[in-house]
Amino acid sequence: MSTTLILIQVLNGLQLGVILFLIAAGLTLVFGVMGFINLAHGVQYMVGAYLAYWGYGVTGSFVLALLMALPLALVMGLILEFLIFRHLYDRDHLSQVLATFGVILFLNQLAKVVFGPASLSVPPPAFLDFSFTLVDGLLYPAYRIAVIVAGLLVAFVLWLVITRTRIGMLIRAGATNPDMVSALGVNVRLLFMVVFGFGAMLAGFAGVMAAPIFSVEPGMGDNLLIVAFVVIIIGGAGSIRGAFVAALLVGLVDTLGRTLVTDGLRLVMDASAANQIGPAIASMLIYVLMALVLFWRPEGLFAARAAR
Amino acid sequence: MSGAPQATAAAAGRPRSALLVAGVIFAVLALVPFIAEVAGGAYLTSLAVRAMILAIVAISLDLLMGHGGLVSFGHSAFVAIGAYCAGIMLTEGIYEIAVILPVAIGAAALFALASGAVCLRTSGVSFIMITLAFGQMVYFALGSLAQYGADDGLTLWSAPDALGTKWLASKTGVYVTVLIALIGAWALVHRITGSRFGRVLRAARQNPARVASMGYSVFRYRLTAYAIAAMIAAVAGVLWAVHASFVSPSLGSWQRSGDLIVMVVLGGMATRNGALIGALFFIVIEEVLSSITHDWRLIFGPLLILIALYARGGLVGLLDRIQGDRT
Repeated sequence: MSTTLILIQVLNGLQLGVILFLIAAGLTLVFGVMGFINLAHGVQYMVGAYLAYWGYGVTGSFVLALLMALPLALVMGLILEFLIFRHLYDRDHLSQVLATFGVILFLNQLAKVVFGPASLSVPPPAFLDFSFTLVDGLLYPAYRIAVIVAGLLVAFVLWLVITRTRIGMLIRAGATNPDMVSALGVNVRLLFMVVFGFGAMLAGFAGVMAAPIFSVEPGMGDNLLIVAFVVIIIGGAGSIRGAFVAALLVGLVDTLGRTLVTDGLRLVMDASAANQIGPAIASMLIYVLMALVLFWRPEGLFAARAAR
Repeated sequence: MSGAPQATAAAAGRPRSALLVAGVIFAVLALVPFIAEVAGGAYLTSLAVRAMILAIVAISLDLLMGHGGLVSFGHSAFVAIGAYCAGIMLTEGIYEIAVILPVAIGAAALFALASGAVCLRTSGVSFIMITLAFGQMVYFALGSLAQYGADDGLTLWSAPDALGTKWLASKTGVYVTVLIALIGAWALVHRITGSRFGRVLRAARQNPARVASMGYSVFRYRLTAYAIAAMIAAVAGVLWAVHASFVSPSLGSWQRSGDLIVMVVLGGMATRNGALIGALFFIVIEEVLSSITHDWRLIFGPLLILIALYARGGLVGLLDRIQGDRT
């Protein structure tokens, strides 16, 4: 195991981490503030990626596609909130699961009908279409670095909004005690709608950023949604800070695990056995991590409802 | 999870008509092979077997979700464990179902006791996620069994012997066995939920602290329920392996667990026939809609949303209300 390979894996892990963070940020607020289980949040990520594909096809420019996709993803989130989700806030979690599962089926199929079942690709913007030389002979695409930087920037802005603005204060208060916030005269419904819309937009942003890296296909958000749930459970529901730390942790553990576990096992057993069970153990790592966190700290690492 | 009390009231309210509904469903299922002779053929019976096996799993999950208040997002792992026990033993030359079935049930019970002891220290959404974690671990572990097909799954070349006979090698034998297993699972879960054990389980769902203060160990009751549900699911897994002659890790994927939760909620939790109706409806509506249009999910998705929004208590709740309006 060379250090350059580890460096590349760390960068890949960070890149997965920031994409997970963008998805988990909205999910953790919706879950923490409203107690709402939104399985359809992964679909918002897919919508973002398809909007990027469509926008790129129309304008021929990735940046214009991004600028078009963001407000459309926001509108999409608001429409879903208005039509379906707002009627489910007072209902039990399982009704929410049933309804949002229906949304997943519908939108995944709609994507298949409109864009076809094949996986599509979006080229990265021209000004980022080059590679850095990490060390001699090893290149790393500039676009992937840009994704990490953009993700960290969004995380910073989100941190400013949450900790330094009035709306952020209301969101934090809502995550801690929504009934009290409502009793103090804040329009909680409006607050919910704002949180929901921007959560959807962040997931859409993640989808746009991911479009040039992963393939754009129906159902692309489903597996990431489960991992995003792992992130918010590890981080603590309702905590943006928790989601950030946990997203990077999960991204790094998952990516580094895939190379390090097999190599590590080779030290204690023969190579073929290590190659056989290594990938399975690597895939399990994030779930083992979540189970451990749930066992020792059921409220997550940065619980919003507990004292900070 | 506040919708449950009304559901229990509905279950207690109409026991006789519920029995009648179940009887009609089982009678129709018993007639399917004869209907298939006229129209539908092997495809129809195969569809019915699939629906019945899923119904067995859904009924076992309802014991946890509806009665225990324990929403397991990893229940399909026990189906996969059962199926793989059968698959591995058949591959290794152990053909007797009287050996395979106890081993599969025992393996599922052991895993349920070990993982349940950890999972049941959490509750609510944490329980959902930790059962998902264990389910995923099983899923990835099965995918690493290189000598048994790894991710591609394992094709079974021979059917098991049933006490030395070739009963399970015939389509009719499998059909009758699965139907009997379904009726058995239905009756068993209703015996359990109607017993003192079931009442303690439901009481613990509503108020665990009060049940504990009455001297019951909530943890032990829940763990027992968790193991029972796992064992029933493992039986379904064995039946699946026999029916499909193929097992793969995807039997235990989280999507399958999610489908099962949807089936139970769709039918109506903690009702006599909710899980049964939910599972059969799920499969039948999928077939009917996909015969109308290739893009049947465009109809099924909104249908689920409408049921979630307007049919509290699921399909059984809807039926009860229609019945209530008439009288």
